[in-house]
Amino acid sequence: MTDTNPFGHSVSSEDIVETLGFFDAWEDRYKYIIDLGKELPAMDDALHTEERLVRGCQSQVWIDTALENDRLQISVDSDAFIVKGLLAVVLAAYNNKTPAQVLAFNVDEYFEQLQLLNHLSPTRGNGLRAMVARIRQIAEAS
Amino acid sequence: MTAATALTQAFDAAAVRADFPILQQEVNGHPLIYLDNAATTQKPNAVIDAITDYYRNDNANVHRGAHALSDRATQKFEAAREAVAAFLNSPSSRQVIWVRGVTEAVNLVANTWGRSELREGDRVLLPYLEHHSDIVPWQMVCAETGSSVEPIPVLESGDIDLDALDSMLDERVKMVALNHVSNALGTVNPVQQIIGKAKAVGAKVFIDGAQAVAHWPLDVQALGCDFYAFSGHKLFGPTGIGALWGREELLDAMPPFLGGGEMIETVSFSGTTFNTLPFKFEAGTPNIAGVIGLGAAIDYVQSLDRAAAAAHEQDLLEYTLALAADIDGLSRVGHPREAVGIYSFLLAGCHPSDVGMLLDQQGIAVRTGHHCAQPLMAHYGVPGTARASYTIYNTREDVDALMAGIRKAKALFG
Repeated sequence: MTDTNPFGHSVSSEDIVETLGFFDAWEDRYKYIIDLGKELPAMDDALHTEERLVRGCQSQVWIDTALENDRLQISVDSDAFIVKGLLAVVLAAYNNKTPAQVLAFNVDEYFEQLQLLNHLSPTRGNGLRAMVARIRQIAEAS
Repeated sequence: MTAATALTQAFDAAAVRADFPILQQEVNGHPLIYLDNAATTQKPNAVIDAITDYYRNDNANVHRGAHALSDRATQKFEAAREAVAAFLNSPSSRQVIWVRGVTEAVNLVANTWGRSELREGDRVLLPYLEHHSDIVPWQMVCAETGSSVEPIPVLESGDIDLDALDSMLDERVKMVALNHVSNALGTVNPVQQIIGKAKAVGAKVFIDGAQAVAHWPLDVQALGCDFYAFSGHKLFGPTGIGALWGREELLDAMPPFLGGGEMIETVSFSGTTFNTLPFKFEAGTPNIAGVIGLGAAIDYVQSLDRAAAAAHEQDLLEYTLALAADIDGLSRVGHPREAVGIYSFLLAGCHPSDVGMLLDQQGIAVRTGHHCAQPLMAHYGVPGTARASYTIYNTREDVDALMAGIRKAKALFG
């Protein structure tokens, strides 16, 4: 699975910041985010379990993590396409990183730079903030 | 010209809009199009000014001070109760209890009437259409009293299945609780008919009027229900205040809900006697500014031509349905016999949350999600819907903007 996930491998958080910076129109920015979501490898149906579910009031997120060679390998899914794209944005920063790197990364600053901070707000029921919290929790426990 | 357009022109939504300062702003570089009125309505200057004026000039605790400010505050506070009583056509203002909103009203009735009246084997019926606030308090009380909460089936159209209700009603049914209008679909429930059926087996009826109050005049006596509740913030009033109306003999017989100051007559450690209605149910210092703001909201609503306003909202819904028919993949969830200006929809290939985010980018505010009606969403087999809800200050231009926004969202996923 890890070899097919570009995020945190061939696509870094810097790449995302650079590419999103090219777009002026919101339509182009969201089109790009939707396309990022499409590049996420499909999550195995068997992994869509209650324990992996981060329930939001508007959309749902599933997350599965494993520690391989001291690096977090994260797979994610959502029933909403833009949220899925935003998950890819998060994975570009967190996937295939050591727990120490995950904890050192300032995700709020990253989303602010991307002008997407509103999506990370705890008031949004999209499950994104809860997913970030879960990844950090796993990194802390690792 | 149809009758609807003639009435629409008679109702000046643009003039109404000018009364609402919040609507004069841009969001994400676009003029704000606020279509989330079923979640909460915006506040006119009259309400904002009444609250500010109270805090600037009259703030004092009510019913207890021996001074001028307290007299003024109490006078305004009780005048608002009279205004609500008149608004609901209640025989008296003693039957109007201040609550934070419908959620508290349901909890109050479930915990006082429910706990004292429900016995093992008794049944409480609620339609599938219900909001979580109408379901959960009854579930909690029924679990403790050995009674049961049972869902009344809903037809594919989003209408309550009245035949199914008939077959469920028997003398063990002690309460039928339902919303006047569904928040998720806009269905106007035939409450009068349902009240008649419930009364025939001796059941009490609680009507959640949250989604109805802003749309047309109410008359609790003509309805014949036992309890009726609404939230001020869905009626252009402040959040945190609402009213529970009840039949006087029921309210008199019910035990108090919360204990504290104001709700007592005498207190001693050997026993306490309770105040009379409505104060028996109003422990502690109330939300005075909220009550005064709600009073101002009712005055504001009553100053409008309500029949013309209702026709205007119907026109917006019909206009929406006409334009929506031209967009492939756009579908309405439910098609109730009668509905208020609520358009709950799905766009093929998009999740409701995607639609909401893309509309927000265009300055258009809608609600997305399960609308606190998970059983209903499960009934339709959808994760949720996107919902546009109209009120007095919306216009056909807002509907045009919504449809353009939906087309744009669709193109992004194309």
